[in-house]
Amino acid sequence: MTETLNRTPLYDLHVELGAKMVPFAGYEMPVQYDGVMGEHNHTREAAGLFDVSHMGQARLIGDESALEKLITADLAALQSGEQKYTLLLNSEGGIKDDLMVSRPDDEGLFLVVNAACKRSDFDYIIEATKGVAELVELDGRALLALQGPQAGAVMAELCPDAAKMVFMQAGWFEVDGLRLMISRSGYTGEDGFEISVANEHASDFARKLLSDARVKPIGLGARDSLRLEAGLCLYGHDMDEATSPIEAALTWAVAKSRRERADFPGAARILKDIADKPAKKRVGIALKDRAPAREGTEIAVNGEVVGVVTSGGFGPTVGAPIAMGYVRTDLATPGTQVDLMVRGKARPAEVVKTPFAPHRFYRG
Amino acid sequence: MSTRFTKDHEWIRVEGEEGVMGITAYAAEQLGDVVFVELPEVGKTVAQGDELAVVESVKAASEVYAPVSGEIIEVNSALEDAPATVNEAPQGEGWFVKIKLSDKAQLDAMMDDAAYAEHTK
Repeated sequence: MTETLNRTPLYDLHVELGAKMVPFAGYEMPVQYDGVMGEHNHTREAAGLFDVSHMGQARLIGDESALEKLITADLAALQSGEQKYTLLLNSEGGIKDDLMVSRPDDEGLFLVVNAACKRSDFDYIIEATKGVAELVELDGRALLALQGPQAGAVMAELCPDAAKMVFMQAGWFEVDGLRLMISRSGYTGEDGFEISVANEHASDFARKLLSDARVKPIGLGARDSLRLEAGLCLYGHDMDEATSPIEAALTWAVAKSRRERADFPGAARILKDIADKPAKKRVGIALKDRAPAREGTEIAVNGEVVGVVTSGGFGPTVGAPIAMGYVRTDLATPGTQVDLMVRGKARPAEVVKTPFAPHRFYRG
Repeated sequence: MSTRFTKDHEWIRVEGEEGVMGITAYAAEQLGDVVFVELPEVGKTVAQGDELAVVESVKAASEVYAPVSGEIIEVNSALEDAPATVNEAPQGEGWFVKIKLSDKAQLDAMMDDAAYAEHTK
């Protein structure tokens, strides 16, 4: 363990706020401040501030068609001021990463990718767009997420124009002379914003947000329980390079026009998965007693292993243990009874629709 | 007698041949909000250091080890419906199991209050 960990521009603030810091994707990140349960609940009830500066931000300037050939979105349909969730595919149609792509201005695209994947993603994109577009990595920018039912009201006081956006819109805004790229999106299932701010101003801007009594700092622990309740995938756990978007139940992220054009990597496999159904599929699972089932727990029916849990824990808002995992497609229908083999003991559970906690995005 | 502690943050309080045990306030604080405790069956025989129980917080599952060898004579089934008791009163109502000790001499090598306080500094 001699690996040197990176720090985000908010490191000193986290320490000052009493965070417990842990290594995550090569960074020292706050896993919790006061406690995961309290932070989770505060985000669902008011507003939480998350440091997600470890994620990779980049602009793509130039011809977008080479990038489009690697992802599942229809970039021509991405209007100025809009954002989309999309998937970066490898040559077999497996998921290399999931990312947010937006068009905050007319200069080009703005990408936000996962921390653990960013070097690999960017190299892959640079190689594919060589000579037609330039990928500009934004190492100089931090990323903050403001999430929760009060996020809109907090933003309205700071930047009324940004608060007018609806879910999955994005743009540049000026606050106190700072140029911020703000999108109305997040990873909690709540209304909220992701705010890209220059590193040197990130800490002051975070303090400004935290000076609002409705906003509290939230660590990675609650970020994980919030996204799990929202039924959102965690890359490297709920999907990886071997998973097709259809197996991951992300068919909705493969644009219809792209299916017709069949011009993305692994198109044959992905279109076959859509037509014939894949052998396995990601589902939500509700446990009937109180024992959480963690990642790696086997899913069984009548003693036969039919799948595996890829994310699992306790859902504070649900008030019960919840999980996501992959099961044989014939068992993926909500209502199917399964057993989760927690430490050798069969725990009764049921395949359910996700999200576990209803999404509360602001759609205007 | 007074309470004894292990380096893995279990406590045990012995009266006569029986001991009541759980996890320390320090351990409960480190784990965070406890959402489930898996306890052993009454009648089970354990050796010192065996896995005895599992504590689940929102974040993760953690093993709890038998501080002494003996037979489980009672488990705190109230934790089933109220796992948060472990956070509220880890060294009181949040106890895990009662053990009939098979070797009281094992207690001699364990930490007392002062030594455990030093251990968690």
